[in-house]
Amino acid sequence: MSAYEELDATALAESIVRGERTAEETTADALRVIDERNDELFAFVSVDREGALARARALDERRAAGEAPGPLHGVPVALKANMCLAGAEVSCASKILAGYRPPYTATFVQRLIDAGAVPVGMTNMDEFAMGSSSENSAFGVTRNPWDVTRTPGGSSSGSAVAVASGMVPIALGSDTGGSVRQPAAMCGIVGYKPTYGRVSRYGLVAFGSSLDQVSPFARSTRDACRVMEVISGPDELDSTCVDAPPVAAGAGTGALAGLRVGVPPEYFPDDLDADVRACVEAAIEAMRAKGAEIVPVSLPHTDVAIPTYYVVATAEASSNLARYDGVRYGPRAEGDGTLQGMFAATRDAGFGDEVKRRILLGTYVLSSGYHEAWYGRALRVRRLLADEFDVAFQEVDVVACPTAPTAAFSLGEKSADPVAMYLSDTMTVPASLAGLPACSVPCGFVGARDAQLPVGLQVIGRPLADELVLAVARAFEAATDHRRRPPRSAGGAA
Amino acid sequence: MSTAAAGVVSGQTGTRWIPVIGLEVHCQLDTRTKLFCGCEYSFGAEPNTITCPVCTAQPGALPVLNSAALEYAVRAALALNADVAPVSKFDRKNYFYCDLPKGYQISQFDLPYCTGGGIQLASGKFIRLTRIHMEEDAGKAIHDRGDATLVDLNRAGVPLIESVTEADMCSADEAHEYLTALKEIFQYIGVSDCDMEKGSLRCDVNVSVHPEGEPWRTKVEVKNLNSFRNVRASIQYEIARQIEAYETGDPAQYPEQETRLFDVAAGVTRTMRSKEDAHDYRYFPDPDLPLVTVDAVLIERQRGLLPELPVARRARYESELGLSAYDAGVMTAARDVADFFETVVRVGGDPKAAANWIANDVLRALSDPDVAASSILELLVKPNDLAELIALVGDGTVSKNAGREVLDEMLRSGARAKDVVQAMGLEQVQDTSQIDEWCRAALAGREATVADVRAGNLKAIGALMGPVMQASKGSADPQLVRAALLRIIGEEG
Repeated sequence: MSAYEELDATALAESIVRGERTAEETTADALRVIDERNDELFAFVSVDREGALARARALDERRAAGEAPGPLHGVPVALKANMCLAGAEVSCASKILAGYRPPYTATFVQRLIDAGAVPVGMTNMDEFAMGSSSENSAFGVTRNPWDVTRTPGGSSSGSAVAVASGMVPIALGSDTGGSVRQPAAMCGIVGYKPTYGRVSRYGLVAFGSSLDQVSPFARSTRDACRVMEVISGPDELDSTCVDAPPVAAGAGTGALAGLRVGVPPEYFPDDLDADVRACVEAAIEAMRAKGAEIVPVSLPHTDVAIPTYYVVATAEASSNLARYDGVRYGPRAEGDGTLQGMFAATRDAGFGDEVKRRILLGTYVLSSGYHEAWYGRALRVRRLLADEFDVAFQEVDVVACPTAPTAAFSLGEKSADPVAMYLSDTMTVPASLAGLPACSVPCGFVGARDAQLPVGLQVIGRPLADELVLAVARAFEAATDHRRRPPRSAGGAA
Repeated sequence: MSTAAAGVVSGQTGTRWIPVIGLEVHCQLDTRTKLFCGCEYSFGAEPNTITCPVCTAQPGALPVLNSAALEYAVRAALALNADVAPVSKFDRKNYFYCDLPKGYQISQFDLPYCTGGGIQLASGKFIRLTRIHMEEDAGKAIHDRGDATLVDLNRAGVPLIESVTEADMCSADEAHEYLTALKEIFQYIGVSDCDMEKGSLRCDVNVSVHPEGEPWRTKVEVKNLNSFRNVRASIQYEIARQIEAYETGDPAQYPEQETRLFDVAAGVTRTMRSKEDAHDYRYFPDPDLPLVTVDAVLIERQRGLLPELPVARRARYESELGLSAYDAGVMTAARDVADFFETVVRVGGDPKAAANWIANDVLRALSDPDVAASSILELLVKPNDLAELIALVGDGTVSKNAGREVLDEMLRSGARAKDVVQAMGLEQVQDTSQIDEWCRAALAGREATVADVRAGNLKAIGALMGPVMQASKGSADPQLVRAALLRIIGEEG
């Protein structure tokens, strides 16, 4: 029997079903690794030890009573702290929601639980999913297990680290502009953002509603497929869900032979980190070696994706975050005693700088007189970006490119420069704006032999081609060998 | 100042002022559940008991459109001969208030589901609708409990349609008539109870005045009028206030573009917020809701559910059933009354008699605590029963007065008219020999009156009928008594 940390979710579930280990032992293993590593890495902001063990025991009892196991039977799972689980603390890593426990459970969380998964805790994140490094969390930074002086990426930082460091085999994050793909790349694991609308958002605390997608992290593509099979599919509580059946990722790896892979030069700009470029080019070369046809495609508006995104996402956020007013939940500051004063004081004390910056930006772009110049124009550019991908997908089956322009950067390196931070999402934001499925899969390492940092390859597909994107990622993973565990103690170069 | 021709108001200076009035009416749809969640609203429930994650704006909760609300809204549009948009959208109207859980209201901004249509007034004037849109209600903030403001979110998310007219009205009377007609139509088609006391109908008015022949001037909005009387009073007040302001001749005193509130106690409007304080609502399409599509099937199904509307019914009652305009108006003011009336007529009740009975007696009973019915449908007296009573009065079996007593008893016990008449012994005596006997007794000792009658003063007969009716304890058929008296006096002459 292999050690807990060595197995992916698929292998763990099968091992439990075969009776080699119990769900309770498996959950205890997860809690043990969390105990060993969370102080250093700060992946989890809260761990529900008793609740998780009780749920695991109940699974064992039901199994003993002859109940058929679900596809994630007994698998410990981590949830980003913006996902509703009745009774759990869902803070969004913000002071304004400190202590908030939702009265209901998100559709996708319930689907995980119904499939036998065991939520063990909530993970750290940039406040309200706004950020790319975890440095915007109100509760502390999460560290990259490959080098604890570096960021794991963000905003789903804790979920990425929980998976990469062996605490849990799978975790959910939310991807609005790259918040799952970018940390997956920086932590050397798989991160999959589905087609917009493929997974219900009911119970995901909204940031940019037209962009947010619940997205799994996993140590293998087959696990990402398994999670997608469980959580995807229509939900009558979310009318933006697409009318398509759950993702059926299937057992096959898909073939690279004959696949037309588009490579857009716009994703390999001159200032792309040279090591990352070499790594991703090698990955594309490996696909060619396995029979894929590599085709140059042009996505000329890629450079305006970031400004477009920061108009659309902040506009929606300014409205989505209006409900945090101190009236119904969360801490309240009295202010000057008037209603408006209470709102202002509560929001001033409750939101961090980056959240305030984005609320102001979003309020500005929607305001009378500027609405058309900013928000209206951004919507048109968004359409243009989607059309541009449509044209590309007439020539190719998928697009392949780097997930992020650099490997994990140092904590503190960009925290004083919001625009530099925003640019770390350059390569993930276009697929978000176009609503496309996109997978980050490990494609190699950069850096010195004793201080290696992982790099991600991003595979982007046409709308609803979730199965194809996952199959391509899976074929790439099978054809290469970049799945490696971070060192147990990563002191870092610093 | 005085009102001259329709709409024209003469000021102190002799200027002829034309008021310009538009209405915005919020009407609650009577769907079982709220607009975007499954909560079942009912008026008067304990605060915050009809709520869920969606209508309390828990983080992560999402709205889903109630298809019944769309159907009701479409029916309302069709009843007003408006155009239903095949595609419309929901937008967020952003502002902060403690009764607005999400910090925005889901409404429709630039693509409402309905445009055009309108209502014709009795004068023939047509009041055009600009648009109707769907939106959710806010909750209720209660400020009069000590230092604290209390918030009740039961109402939050209740479906509303807001109908906005063009500024086509020029008097409080026209506004009142439009509002009455709108309410009647919505009640008729079953989309709203339009009960202002329960807050299911709310009205904002826009008023401006300008000298005849000149361009329109600054409009003032008066918000949250919660009774028809207040709508009328606030319009009258605004017209007078604005004219007076203009007639000072001092531009500093001219009306400003602003929102005012009507102070019911004082009967005046007061500034709520000026143009400078106007909200920037930052409307944008709600990314949580797909576009709203309405297809021909939905429209035709709702058209099929439309009953004959009040105006058409009124015309038919006048032309086919011979009712006066007044009676036809009373019979059609509410759909349940009209339906009741028509059933009475269909089972044989005389239309004019039916209208009289319903207007004078049946509707009055609704305010009688002993009857304990809040609508005509709840009465123990059904249309069949009323038709039977009308027949008994019509053929003289009971007098009209006795009929009222019979109806009272029917309303209390639910008994049938014939049974009540029998049990109470109210059948009119039509036995002529018995009537003759009472008449002869009454004539005895009233020779002077008799002589008067003989002399040709037929009015004097009234003085003789009283004693006869008294002797019969009211049961004698008055027609027969009169005839008998005349006959006997004639015979004995």
